[in-house]
Amino acid sequence: MNYLIKIPGQEPRSPPLLRLQKDKVFLLNTPINNLATSIARPNLISIGQCLGKFTKSGKFKLGIGSLDVLARWARFKVWVKPNGELPFLYGNHVVKAHLGRITEDTPEHQGVVVLSMADVPLGFGVSARSTVDTRKLDPTGLVVFHQADVGEYLRDEDSLF
Amino acid sequence: MGRKSKQKQQDPVPHQPRQAHGTRVTKRKAKDAALDTSNKKSKQVNQAKQPRKPKQPSSSPSIHSEDEQDEQDASDDASEASESASDNLQDLQGSDDDDEFDLDASDADAPQNPPQQLVFSDQDDSEDGSQDSDADSDSDEQSDVQGAEPRREKLSAKKSKKLDQEALLEAADAEAEMIRTNIAGLEPNEMGEVDDDMVLPTQEDKEREATEGADAQTVYGRIGDIVRILGDFHRFKAANRSRADYTDQLVADIASYYGYTPFLAEKLFSMFSPDESIAFFDANETPRPVTIRANTLKTRRRDLAQALINRGVSLEPIGKWTKVGLQIFDSSVPVGATPEYLAGHYMLQSPSSFLPVMALDPKTNERVLDMASAPGGKTSYMSALMQNTGVVFANDANASRTKSLSANVHRLGCKNVVVCSYDGRQFPKVIGGFDRVLLDAPCSGTGVVSKDQSVKVNKTERDFALLSHLQKQLILCAIDSINTKSSTGGYVVYSTCSVTVEEDEGVVDYALKKRPNVKLVHTGLEFGVEGFTNIGGKKFHKDMHLTRRFYPHVHNMEGFFVSKLHVLPRAVVKNKLAQQEKNDADDTGVLVDDDEDEKEAGDVTFNDDEDKQLMQKNQRRQQKAKGIKPSKPTTK
Repeated sequence: MNYLIKIPGQEPRSPPLLRLQKDKVFLLNTPINNLATSIARPNLISIGQCLGKFTKSGKFKLGIGSLDVLARWARFKVWVKPNGELPFLYGNHVVKAHLGRITEDTPEHQGVVVLSMADVPLGFGVSARSTVDTRKLDPTGLVVFHQADVGEYLRDEDSLF
Repeated sequence: MGRKSKQKQQDPVPHQPRQAHGTRVTKRKAKDAALDTSNKKSKQVNQAKQPRKPKQPSSSPSIHSEDEQDEQDASDDASEASESASDNLQDLQGSDDDDEFDLDASDADAPQNPPQQLVFSDQDDSEDGSQDSDADSDSDEQSDVQGAEPRREKLSAKKSKKLDQEALLEAADAEAEMIRTNIAGLEPNEMGEVDDDMVLPTQEDKEREATEGADAQTVYGRIGDIVRILGDFHRFKAANRSRADYTDQLVADIASYYGYTPFLAEKLFSMFSPDESIAFFDANETPRPVTIRANTLKTRRRDLAQALINRGVSLEPIGKWTKVGLQIFDSSVPVGATPEYLAGHYMLQSPSSFLPVMALDPKTNERVLDMASAPGGKTSYMSALMQNTGVVFANDANASRTKSLSANVHRLGCKNVVVCSYDGRQFPKVIGGFDRVLLDAPCSGTGVVSKDQSVKVNKTERDFALLSHLQKQLILCAIDSINTKSSTGGYVVYSTCSVTVEEDEGVVDYALKKRPNVKLVHTGLEFGVEGFTNIGGKKFHKDMHLTRRFYPHVHNMEGFFVSKLHVLPRAVVKNKLAQQEKNDADDTGVLVDDDEDEKEAGDVTFNDDEDKQLMQKNQRRQQKAKGIKPSKPTTK
């Protein structure tokens, strides 16, 4: 995951900052943060973009809120065909039959961003095979393991933020 | 043709005040015309159908057509018009063109719609609605095709103009409306019918209905009759009956037919004229069209429309007043679960909830508060208007509703939003100094009955009292949260999805009285009905006409109320008051002179200094009561 994103260039006027609120990590601008200091922590539900959360065991897990940032800086991408969009958005892995395009030199077990053919980011996951290996895969074989998709905004509305 | 006709039917229309009367009247008129030419059978058919007939959302065909026609293939129109005419019910067809001339000649006063209203099937009805308007907009073309048409066009153009004017006049005074209803009801048979048939039920009848349950058809017929009677009371009333008798029976019938509590039926009925209130209740029975708002943070409306059309959704822009709204007519996929929806390209949102945000008109780099924001439609619209700059505080008192609020905010990619969960009344304490505050107050929901039918029965008088009390507290909090010295803003928008007066004008009026540094300003919405300045014996602030009301039967959207308040710096108001005080002092000075004359004349003595002190003390107390910090006592 580490080299999936580059650090965004900082804008001088309003430097972005990361804020830990309960177990969630938020990305926001400094002025917003300064204003939001007047909101008590128990009452603060969310602020700016939610990048992900720390699990109970202390691991950091990227959430769907980070898709914006990921999609912008992703090096490896997978495009799914229109008939594969909905299965992916319902939380399934991407199978070979639904694969539209894939970045040329994707290695195995590499974090990838999943997009629709119209270049709309739909989620992200981990490649199951390298680009070369996907060629000889049968149509039902998995190409990308699902990690997060925009369908979670509806499915996991209660636990997401 | 099918798709087009559906669109015609559900298009929300720019401001046409109380159009509902116009169409109702003409319907009846057109029916009369049909009677003249066709046999009695057709009349029976009509009448049998009438109670079941869905009320058309009131709309002026002339306005309809113009924006529609631009998009449609113009060359189809003429052929379509004639085609649809042949689709009409057989027995009514004869009246289509010829009778129209007769009518025009005989009473030019009455507003005339073409007889499209005669047709009851869904498709034909709406298609016909466009038929006449086609003639208006594309006159050149029509004249090529049909020789007889041009004259008719001119007439109908005149007619539609007349219709518009009349609609305006009508909004101005109810008198004209009465007269018109009178004209429409002059048909002798009908009049006789009313007189013979319409007898108010006796006490026993009422009891029987209460125990056995009333026949819906009978009740509906009775509602229609009473409305007609109330339309011209002196002519139609029974000798020994007062207006109150009819009104009481009408309210009772409305309550039983539409399923409201008598209390709520009475409350809503009292806001409109009888026939308009029926239009209102009817409109509450039909669902409003599904609409979406394109999220300008992620896409453009045109791209979104194209993407959705590719998925088999048929849609069209809502109207000229919004650049981001789309109306969905039918869809082969669930609109709330398309990849575009999940990717945050649009939000399912009713057109009425665009309005407060448009009135608020947030600018970039401002600090904005949305006091009761769930589920986030308005919040995200504000964020989109501000292009993700500045900061939006989205508050909702209900912590569980903030879940869906923040999910929506994140889905739509709003990065400048702080979601918090406070009671709105705590607000200036938590954080103040906002440039703009939107208060979409929690309300009884009498404007969204079509969405949530439970409002009809579960709201009692006490609920209304509690709600308006809460709203009054909230609006003061909203006003106090404003940074009065803001260079760009200083505005509060108060809106509710309720149409009752005490939740709307009553609350705004209260705020104006309580906070002298607040004044009503124009909402910036070019349509909607003006707010009441006085109703039912209540008098409101003279500027209350600047607020806007929206009704389901007039605008084809949820019932809604929007008002915009400008909060001025207190110093300005203080200066004004000081000025006033000075003037008062001058006045008293004159008075004192008079008194001095008296003093010389009589024994009574006046102590000027003591009086002055007393007066100042009183003035200070008054100012305090109004909520102004009293100015320092000025000593001479």
